[in-house]
This record gives sequence, C-alpha cells and structure tokens, in this order.
Amino acid sequence: MDLAAIILIQVLYAIASLFVISSGLAVIFGMMKVINLAHGEFMMLGAYAAIEAMRFGVNLWVAILVVAPLAVAVIGVVLERVFIRRLYGRMIDTMLATWGLSLLLIGVVTSMAGNTTAGISAPLGNFAIGAYSVSSYTLVIIAVAVVLGFALRWVLLHTSLGLIARGTMQNPQMADALGIAPGRVYSATFAVGAALSGLAGALLAPMTGVVPTMGGAFIAKAFITVIGGGPAIVAGLVSSSVLFGAINQIATFASTPVFGEVALLVGAIVMLRLLPRGITGRFFRGAL
Amino acid sequence: MTPANENRTIPVPDALARFSRSWKSAALALAVGMIMLLVLPRVLDDFSLVQATVYAVMAILALSLGFVWGFGGILCFGQSAFFGLGAYAYAIAVTNMGDSTVPFVLAIVVPAAFAAVLGYLIFYGRLSDVYMGVITLTVTLILFNLINSTAGPEWKIGNAPLGGFNGIPNIAPLNTPGNVDDVIGPRGLFELSLGALLGVYLLLRLLLACKVGRVIVASKENEQRLLLLGYDSRLYKLFTFVLGAAIAGLSGCLFANWGAFTSPTVFGLAQSAQIIIWVIVGGLGTLVGPVIGCVAIQWLTTQIGTQQTINSNLVLGAILVVFVLMVPKGIVPTVGGLGVKLLGAARRKPEVSGDKRGVAQDDHHNATRKEAT
Repeated sequence: MDLAAIILIQVLYAIASLFVISSGLAVIFGMMKVINLAHGEFMMLGAYAAIEAMRFGVNLWVAILVVAPLAVAVIGVVLERVFIRRLYGRMIDTMLATWGLSLLLIGVVTSMAGNTTAGISAPLGNFAIGAYSVSSYTLVIIAVAVVLGFALRWVLLHTSLGLIARGTMQNPQMADALGIAPGRVYSATFAVGAALSGLAGALLAPMTGVVPTMGGAFIAKAFITVIGGGPAIVAGLVSSSVLFGAINQIATFASTPVFGEVALLVGAIVMLRLLPRGITGRFFRGAL
Repeated sequence: MTPANENRTIPVPDALARFSRSWKSAALALAVGMIMLLVLPRVLDDFSLVQATVYAVMAILALSLGFVWGFGGILCFGQSAFFGLGAYAYAIAVTNMGDSTVPFVLAIVVPAAFAAVLGYLIFYGRLSDVYMGVITLTVTLILFNLINSTAGPEWKIGNAPLGGFNGIPNIAPLNTPGNVDDVIGPRGLFELSLGALLGVYLLLRLLLACKVGRVIVASKENEQRLLLLGYDSRLYKLFTFVLGAAIAGLSGCLFANWGAFTSPTVFGLAQSAQIIIWVIVGGLGTLVGPVIGCVAIQWLTTQIGTQQTINSNLVLGAILVVFVLMVPKGIVPTVGGLGVKLLGAARRKPEVSGDKRGVAQDDHHNATRKEAT
C-alpha cells in the first residue's frame, strides 16, 4: 500500500516535471512554429537567475517563481528581437541559429560562472508515507504543473490576449489589418515561452543541480514531449506528458533511471512512427 | 551598364554550378588530395602528421553529413551517433577478435544497419525534416546516456568492458588482414585516413553523377514531383541516410585507431553540433565545402584550446549564428560566387590598358582556383 502510494507520487512527479520542462517549448513551437533548440539553455539561465537572486537575499520562492521567469523573459525578448525575428518561416535555419545560441549561452555562462555545480537545496524537507520518505518539494512541482496547465488554457481561451495571440499565429496579415502589430505579438509570445522555460529551470534546480551544460539533459525530453503531443498545445502537452512520464517512471522502477529515459525516448520514436502527427493529431481533435 | 554589355554577362550561379558538377572540379580536388598524400608524410614531423590525421578522419565525417544533408536534404543532427557507433563497434570487436579485418567491416556495417532501422522509422513514417532533426538528436542523446551509464564491470560485450564514462582505452590498431603483428603505424594511419577521404570523395562524386545520385538530389529539390514520376523517394532517402551512416562509421573506426581510445563524448551534443557547423561554414550542397569547413573549425578550436580566456562553445556558437544569419551559403559557394563575378568582370572589360588587363587576368586565374577549392 505504501509502496503503491510512493509509486503513484513518483509517476505523478515524472509527469509533472515533463510538463513543466516542455511547457515553454510548447508555447514557442506550438504557437510560433519556432524550434527553439536553446530551450535547455533558457532553463539553465532560469536556474542561474534564481541562484543569483538568492545570493542577493531574495526569498527562495520569490527567486524561483518570480525572478527566474522575468529574467529569462527579458533575455528571450532581446534574443528574439536581435536574432530569431530574422528567421521566421525558415524552420531549419531557426533550428540552426537557436542551436548556435545555445552553444553561445553555454559559453557565456561558463565564462562567467565557471564550470562547477552550483545548487539550491530542496526546501520543505521530507514527509513520511509508512516506511518511505518523500521530498515535499515533489508535491510543489506537481502543484505548479497543475496550476500551469490550467493557467495556460485559461489565458489562451478566455482572455483577449490569448485570442489575439492565437489569431495572429493563424493569420498575421489579417491581424495586421485589424490594427494588431504581429511583431509585438511574436515578441510577447516568445517572452511567455522563455519565461516558462526559466520557471522550469529554476523550479527543477533543487532536484537536478545547476551547471552551464544542464540544458542538454532536458532538450531531448522536452522536444519529444511537445512533438509527441501534436498540434493542440495544452491538450497535447498534457496527454504526451502523461504517456511519456508514466513510461519513464515505470521503466525506472523496473530497472535504472537511465533505462527509464531510454524507454521514454524509444517509446516516443515508436509512437511517432505510429502517429506521425502526434497524439492530438489523431485523438482529442479540435481541443486546445 | 549598356544593354549590349548586359547580354554578355555570364550567368553567375550557372557558371559556378556547372564547374562544381563537371569532372574538372573532381579531378582538381583529387589531385590536390593526392599531392597532399604524397608530400605531407615527407615534409611533416610525426607530431604534425598525427594532427593532420585527425583532420582527415574528421573530414570524412564532415563529408558524410555534407552528402546526407547537402544532397539528400536530410538534416541529421545525430551524425555523431553513427560516428560513435563505428568507433565503439571497432573497439569492442577488435578487443574480442584480435585480428582487425572483421572489426573494420563491422565498424561500417553496424552504423549502417542502425541507420537502416532508424531511417525506416523516420522515412516510412513520413516525418517532416524538422521531426527528423529532433529524432536524430534524441537518438544521439539516448546513446550518450546509455553508454555513459555502463561504467561497471558487469557491462561487457565478450571480453570488452564498455567502460561507461571512462571510455575504452588501449584499442588495438588496425593490422594487415591475417597478420596480427603487422600493425599500422602513425604514418600508415595518415595515409589510410587521407586515402579513405579521397576514396569517399570519389565515390560520392561518382554516385552523384549517375542516375541514383540524380534521383537523390531530386528528392531534396521536389519530393512531390519525384513521387509523381514514379520514384519511391522514401527508398532513396533511406539509401542516402544509410550510406551517410556507413561513411560516418568508417570515420569513427579511424578515430578509434587514431587515439587508441574512445569515450561516450563521441556521441555528445558538442560533437553533433560541430559536424553541423563544419558543413554550414564550409558550404551546404558541396562536397569540398564540408572538408574545408571541418579543417578550418578544427584548427580554430585547437587554437582556442591553447588559451583560457575565451570558451570554445562561445566561439562555435557565435560562428554558427553568424553563418546562418549572414553567410547562409557557406564559405565555398560564397567565395566561388565572388570568383565567378570577378571572372565576369574581367571578361566584360576587354578595353582596359595593358597592365590592368594583366591584373584582371590574374583575377580570372585566381577565381578559377577559388572555385575549384
């Protein structure tokens, strides 16, 4: 019984962390069709932003939930204005340029912060279920993922901002004719995506440790989750997080964490062979 | 410019494209290579020769992606996966067998077989090239994570421990088929590597000149039309992908020989990124370009490695961004295009005075040279 509860919590945690990792990418890729290979580095910047903020005495929760997203959003806007804007519509070039940015960011952070592991210790301590002990922070991540999912859906569906963003992505010329500057909407959308990436990086920092190259550990998982999800942003993200998170955690229990990741990635590749347009390309059509 | 002059303007891209497709450019590139093969071992000391060997080995890898991406239109972010598989296949097989003949073949066959399975999933699933990029990247990371975690003594294939993040040291070098004691020396390895590079170049040029090669290029240019003409583009793409993987595997085998060592970093993201940068910098859609880009970037990273202030990731990232945004065609086509323009300018001004004309002709001469490289 206790074991079952633990497994349940771990599976939920795997799903939630996959969701949190992928949400920023889902917004940038799903809305703008920009493949942001610097996504992992945006997460890394978020983690460093939180660490730096805490060094200046900012409260842990403020650092993670406010400072990190804001800092990365600002960086994202600058990068979008300077580089990515020139490449809209050229998917492959965008991939290459953002990969260049990812190396560039790794290089910059390594030069500034050094190649060592910094970290935030996980707050809130542990709680016990029977003979097992679980980090309470796990529950925080699950809670954040749930809130994030609903917030994303609410913003996209029920606010004028979300309406404008979706409209611009569907038909930029029409939006332009109606008096909305598509350039500004792209910037804002990219900023939101970057903020979510920064939040994810900071949020997971206590669980993973922080090094300049930490982005590489997330990028493949995030991409496979977003692509596996298919065209619907929120529904796709939720469904593929659930599927891949469950595969990952169950395989981890059966063997080792490395094989858990391998199972996730292999499962995803096989699934893409069966459902080339992702889960929501086949099921839940018309959802968001 | 008068209309009469306009009529005489040489069509710039065509002249270059024609030259790059003609047998002359292939002969020139092979001749330069043959001269290097004959001269370099005589003039270079052992240390420089070993350095030159790794350039040649990596150039083969660059050539494999230059072919797959530039001619097949398949953006493979995971070319290093096949490179690494080649290195590991050779290392494991040679530790088990002793004689290096079968391991050498395995180093080419294993990556090709792996690419066939992966390529089947991708091309027959009709995934778009963006998904292609992401999936190949993912596979590279899987292999990296997987091999990285095999550090314990329980991880071995036959007699060969996989070594995890420590890698496999003391890999036996290649030997003459059937004679285990007659192993290849540094000079032999240089000649083998450069020879292999020239061989691969020749093979690819021949392939591109025949029908299969044309269909491969056509599948990049307009897949829809190719399908309507009755070709199964998936099969051609799969073939391109597998051939690229085999070449990358050959390069990996030579790399394992070069350092007598292989570690999971051959699968790493940094390695994958480097290959892409070589091709982008050198010139997509050429075969000589990736080789030049590879040598230039490798030389640059070696130079960066000798000092501490600038991080090599920073420089590589900046180069990639700058090239994608500002020189998207890469060095070779851009320089070649300039050369053709100069050539055109030289032909258009027949009335210039004597010594100026000499200069113009010099330009012309240089231009042809530049195109060729």
